[in-house]
Amino acid sequence: MSLPVAPKPALRRFHQASWDEPIIFELSTPGERGVLVTGLEAGVRDAVGDVVGDLPAGLRRAVPPALPEMGQMRVLKHYLRLSQENLGADFNVDIGQGTCTMKYAPKVNDQLVGTPALTAMHPLQDPADAQGVLEIVWNTERMIAEISGMDEVSLHTQGGSAAIWSNIAMIRAYHEANGEGEQRREVITTIFSHPSNAAAAKAAGYDVITLYPDADGYPDLDALKRALSPRTAAIMVTNPEDTGIYNPAIKEWVDAAHGVGALASYDQANANGILGITRARDAGFDVCHFNLHKTFGTPHGCGGPGAGANGVSAALAPFLPGPRVVREGGADGSASSARFVVREPGEQSIGAVAPFFGVVPNIVRAYAWMMALGADGLRAVAEIAVLNNNYLLKKVLEIPGASAPYATGRRRIEQVRYSWQELFEETGVTSEEIGVRASDFGMHYWTSHHPYVVPQPFTLEPTESYSMAELDEYAAVLAEIAREAREDAETVRTAPHRQTVHHTHHDDLDDPERWAITWRAYQRKYFGIPADSTEAAA
Amino acid sequence: MLGLIVNPVAGIGGPAGLAGSDGADVQARASQRGGASRAAERALTALAVVASARPGIRVLTVAGPMGEDVVREAGLEPVLVAHPPVHTTGSDTSAAARALADAGASLVLFAGGDGTARDVAEGLASVGRVAPDEGGRVSRPVHGEGLDTLAGARYSTGGVAGGLDMTLRAYSTDGVAAIGIPAGVKMYSPVFAVSPRAAGGIAAAWLVDGSLPLIEREVLDVDEAALRRARVEPQLYGTLAVPYRPGRTQARKAATPADEFAAVRAAARGAASALRPGVRYLLGPGGTMSELARELGVSKTPLGVDVVLDGRRVLADASERELLDEAARGPAQAVVTVIGGQGFLLGRGNQQLSARVLGALGDDPLLVVAPEQKLIDLGGRPLLVDTGDADVDAALAGFVRVITGQRTTSIYPVHAPEHEGEGHAP
Repeated sequence: MSLPVAPKPALRRFHQASWDEPIIFELSTPGERGVLVTGLEAGVRDAVGDVVGDLPAGLRRAVPPALPEMGQMRVLKHYLRLSQENLGADFNVDIGQGTCTMKYAPKVNDQLVGTPALTAMHPLQDPADAQGVLEIVWNTERMIAEISGMDEVSLHTQGGSAAIWSNIAMIRAYHEANGEGEQRREVITTIFSHPSNAAAAKAAGYDVITLYPDADGYPDLDALKRALSPRTAAIMVTNPEDTGIYNPAIKEWVDAAHGVGALASYDQANANGILGITRARDAGFDVCHFNLHKTFGTPHGCGGPGAGANGVSAALAPFLPGPRVVREGGADGSASSARFVVREPGEQSIGAVAPFFGVVPNIVRAYAWMMALGADGLRAVAEIAVLNNNYLLKKVLEIPGASAPYATGRRRIEQVRYSWQELFEETGVTSEEIGVRASDFGMHYWTSHHPYVVPQPFTLEPTESYSMAELDEYAAVLAEIAREAREDAETVRTAPHRQTVHHTHHDDLDDPERWAITWRAYQRKYFGIPADSTEAAA
Repeated sequence: MLGLIVNPVAGIGGPAGLAGSDGADVQARASQRGGASRAAERALTALAVVASARPGIRVLTVAGPMGEDVVREAGLEPVLVAHPPVHTTGSDTSAAARALADAGASLVLFAGGDGTARDVAEGLASVGRVAPDEGGRVSRPVHGEGLDTLAGARYSTGGVAGGLDMTLRAYSTDGVAAIGIPAGVKMYSPVFAVSPRAAGGIAAAWLVDGSLPLIEREVLDVDEAALRRARVEPQLYGTLAVPYRPGRTQARKAATPADEFAAVRAAARGAASALRPGVRYLLGPGGTMSELARELGVSKTPLGVDVVLDGRRVLADASERELLDEAARGPAQAVVTVIGGQGFLLGRGNQQLSARVLGALGDDPLLVVAPEQKLIDLGGRPLLVDTGDADVDAALAGFVRVITGQRTTSIYPVHAPEHEGEGHAP
């Protein structure tokens, strides 16, 4: 006997909550308070004296902060409503943000970093009282060194692009130390490597040379050889590239770079499909970086929190960014005699690119994630991620109008940059419009970095976290939208229909005169109230 | 009102492998080879979209297979403005376009290819709403890509040895809008919608709110006889005012004209900073080269080759002979951009930079400047050189370094034209 419940439809009838909630700045009522603090009792005041007066002048506010004024319950409702007007990673089949590795980040690891043992710590406290945390940081470094094959690792940077910046800064420092800083002015990358590589190299003062794929869709070794010269400082490449295509000649690339005295830098943000299978150092790379927040299972969105890990060969080790956690003693092999200290960057180091020695909560999450899986588990992660990706590839290619340009017919590693060009030519519906429509089915979707080298692109990375049923569901949503594009294009073009937000006014986000992410900026830009007076008024 | 023209022989030569359908003898050969036109079927697809938005409306059109049959099949009411003979030609299309405009059509929907677009542009030009430009040059500003396209067009009409007609017949439209339903073999002109359905959607939107923005787009066509010998030389025949629907979602993420201009400027600045003193630079035609001249603070002949030395223009609109003389005076380098969508660096629109001139420029004869998007738009096809000299072409083939911005370059493959059409990637 079955329960008297109607069968669920094949596709979800998703509908997002819509609260028409104002932004918090608009909810402020002068004088309203969340907490009314009672006055000090006379005995307490007598006992402790003038605490505020004892603070250094530089730490004391001249005027109260310009914050919205609200009661507790209104604040609670405000944020709960906003939380319902959201398509969060824990709600949707979050495989549409390819290159971002939106895998499941175990909640138990969040609980670990939420314990007072960690939340009450401060990076400036005496290392003698923080040995446990420092040991975790050090052990995580050693595990990343093992995973990459590199000799030394720094967990100092706070995100992927900061880590890429550190890669090129170390390369620059290395060449300068060898007296070749003036000579080596060029960095070579590929059009499908993450654009932060080109951007970081250019920011570091280098001329950037971009290579296009060869006739088979692989990075073009002949083009590389044409580009390499004694002026080359480094190649900076991603592998697999953002297309999900793995460069099988990567060792020859590295050797060719070394042949002209250049270094080889490996952007391993796309490492989820190669963990435990290939290692950067084994291919000869001198420098690499990982995004702990992507591959190593820590929750992340567009704004972080991130955590970078830079790995280098012994020759580059003096240039690693810091401060870093190092182990002293323990040479006899006994852990009990080892001490962990925070060491300031050395003379040759590129120095600090962020405060302190790393984003400890994310390092602890990554440590817990790796320890739970073990070496075999890490390899299984990669194998399942690749299996999931190629299963999804087959499902997506069954949808008329979808294609996977470059290296056609070959398997991919952990993600694929697809194209709706055929569907666009048939219906005029763009990939961006399809992405907006996908949100009506409760699915997140992303196109590509710019420039759009693949026309009408979309990038899917299913990771190891999603089941076959979830991948089927995502593919079914794409197939349904492709059908709509042919039979009812207006529905797609005018989407979203079941979302909180209809169309985003990008002008407000792109115009520095109009964006307002603080109360003070909002007051100044929208009401013409100068910053000083808003502070005073508040 | 909506006007409709169907070219009943459009696309007939495509399946027959004839690289086009222009001319009665080609159409006859296509028919013998079993060719059939897709124009009526595609026009019907477009009209079905119009019919669902505005059921039963009246459509200005031409008797028989040039429009009437399709309008009836779509369940709409034809209003006939012309009665062409059984076997129609391009002049019937021109006459039909003229008649539609005279009858009050505000948007002409036409099913065909580049040849049809050319006839429509010519027909609309002759009603007086569209004025042939004096002197045979397009006076209306043609932005970005258009300039490069124009440069190619100017050369192929005016510079081919043998003294062809020097007059570029160019028109600019006012008033009547037009959009193509893609149904031809050749569709180099950016006046076609991406699909028949999309063309119908735009026509329906035009009828419903009547306020779609218009953009001036080039009408290009190639010499089919040359095309059958694997030569692509698009010529500019005029422009049409084409309605378009601005993107409704996340438009800021898409490239905008402002972004395109910024990219051209960045490439030009990159090139400007790469120029060395004491070297004569032979600046080819095209919008990117004009922008480079602006960066250098010198005037530039838009469609010619100018010579710049140490920040001064020393020669304008130079001939091959004059360029050879310049090259003999000291170190010199040709500066060129990618011409149009075909990817030509040399041999289209800049034939003054001949094999002899390139041979006189030494081991490093070319400085190539183009925004990255132009390389991306090639869709994996290589850049092309066709100087007419196999040895010079072979020396230029391989890879070229393209200046794409300030301190940014791309290494891109270059083929000689016999390789054209070979897919590079994807």
